Amino acid sequence: MAALNIIVTAKQVIDHEIPASALTIDATSTQVTAPSSFKPIVNGFDDYALEAALRLKEAGGATITVLSVGSQFDVNIMRKTLALGADRLILCQDPAFANLADSFTTARIIAAAIHKVGEFDLVLCGRQASDWDNAQVPLVLAELLDLPCITLAQKIEVSDGKVTVEQVVLDGYRVAEAGLPALITVTNELGQPRYPALRNIMAANRKRPTTWTAQDLDLDPAMLTPQLEVVEVAFPSKAQACEIIEGEDGGEVGRRLAQVLHEAGLI
Amino acid sequence: MAGILVIGEVHDGHLAPPTREALAMGRSLAATSGASVAVALIGSELGASAQEAIAAGADQAYTVADALLAQPQIDLYLAAHQAVCAAATPDIVLLSRTDFGRELAPRLACRLGVSLLQDCLQLETEAASGRLIATRPVYGGNVLAKMRSAGTPQVAALRPKVRDPLEPDASRQGEVTPVAVALDAAMAKVTIVRQEIRAGDGVKLEDASIVVAGGRGLGGPAPFTELEELAGLLGAGIGASRAAVDAGWVPANWQIGLTGRTVTPDLYLTVGISGASQHMAGCSNAKVIVAINKDREANIFRESRYGVVGDWETVLPGLIQGIRDLK
Repeated sequence: MAALNIIVTAKQVIDHEIPASALTIDATSTQVTAPSSFKPIVNGFDDYALEAALRLKEAGGATITVLSVGSQFDVNIMRKTLALGADRLILCQDPAFANLADSFTTARIIAAAIHKVGEFDLVLCGRQASDWDNAQVPLVLAELLDLPCITLAQKIEVSDGKVTVEQVVLDGYRVAEAGLPALITVTNELGQPRYPALRNIMAANRKRPTTWTAQDLDLDPAMLTPQLEVVEVAFPSKAQACEIIEGEDGGEVGRRLAQVLHEAGLI
Repeated sequence: MAGILVIGEVHDGHLAPPTREALAMGRSLAATSGASVAVALIGSELGASAQEAIAAGADQAYTVADALLAQPQIDLYLAAHQAVCAAATPDIVLLSRTDFGRELAPRLACRLGVSLLQDCLQLETEAASGRLIATRPVYGGNVLAKMRSAGTPQVAALRPKVRDPLEPDASRQGEVTPVAVALDAAMAKVTIVRQEIRAGDGVKLEDASIVVAGGRGLGGPAPFTELEELAGLLGAGIGASRAAVDAGWVPANWQIGLTGRTVTPDLYLTVGISGASQHMAGCSNAKVIVAINKDREANIFRESRYGVVGDWETVLPGLIQGIRDLK
């Protein structure tokens, strides 16, 4: 079988492991920001999509193109995808791509970039991004490209021009099949993504990503006007105080906790 | 008449609970605008669902019943819902962010030419513009965003279990309107080959009024046996944090959090869970959270109503004994 052409979408986001207390909200109350001491990361969910692509590459050969959309990139962060084994990194970068809280717009930009890439067999996406948690771009992208769409893959196999996917459902999985090309979202049940080897990181540092602007993608500015507007972002109010149950030793505290929960009508 | 259309879900001939919640949300929006509330019911066996939807707040039920809809074939469901939307011409479309809704909502919105207001906790009508303002959690629930859509229709997916359904009122009247859609098996771009479902052991997490969950602080798989004993005593569901799942101590379907399951029990009792933001995303709507953790500085205490700072190895046997003494 000929080697596959796989496109993996990846987003640069604020590190989801940073403490919530380090997040700040900008003066316009519409953007969440993190102090510059915290480096951004490639969206953790997209790591699974790339891992799935790398496993397919190992299994039968593939050319992997990583595609990202944003207004500003930390290129060294995005190069991690090359260090892991992606063959090509395309950054769709334009000031017009700032503050993409509207998944529909983002999906249109990615669809334009995929058209420009040309031939492909699979588009693999993370199930959602850890910043805006929209979980929409892959599904809208499948609609815009008119592709079969299978969500939440824990295992992907390709043979005879079709893709077979174990799709996670409540309390189990479903086996689903589709012809190529197809779009698949990948979930964490796939298993731990690999880490890049040091020598690959150094080799990746010498590679230059391809950069495409809105003009390169022939995107009509009117199409980039988002339908969704962020009216306000705010931290939720945490009014409640935690009542700490105390006692002589753990056993006593445990028994007291049972009493307290019983008196509160909870057990 | 243009109005509000709730995209319903029907399970075994009955209206799914999240659809009742969406109907309640539709009714409160209609109270401001005077709009009508319709429901779209689609499936192979619709049973009593139309009457149930009317009793739960719908003024009208659009139905598509077709044997081809027996399988959860998203492409066919999309075509049917699209046809209902074309018949109903709603200003507002409400969906539920259930497992099926997660897949359906963004794609249906796209077919209607608009962006989706995703995972909404609250919807209000803005007095000045008459548009919806959606409140939704972002950054793993650490930030709340208010969003407004300029599209028509305005399409919103509601997080389940955030809103109470209305008390069913069997005296409510409504029209049932079948919609003709030419569905064809060839519309399905994906073939469902088979399904492997593990037999559900114990209480279903999403329905449990008490959930007990363990995390990294338990240190290994063995302590989960003790946690299961506690869950058994309380009639509780049992879950775990991502750390415990990633370590291989418990099955993946126990995971509660951003990438796992979302629970909304009255009591969420955590043992050895630090309360990272991605975990809290799956349980922050629990009525009362209890933390048992060694580290007083752990984030879980900021989220909890009651806390025990201590070692689970001594606290848990005490708690179990205390509960036995109560019975």
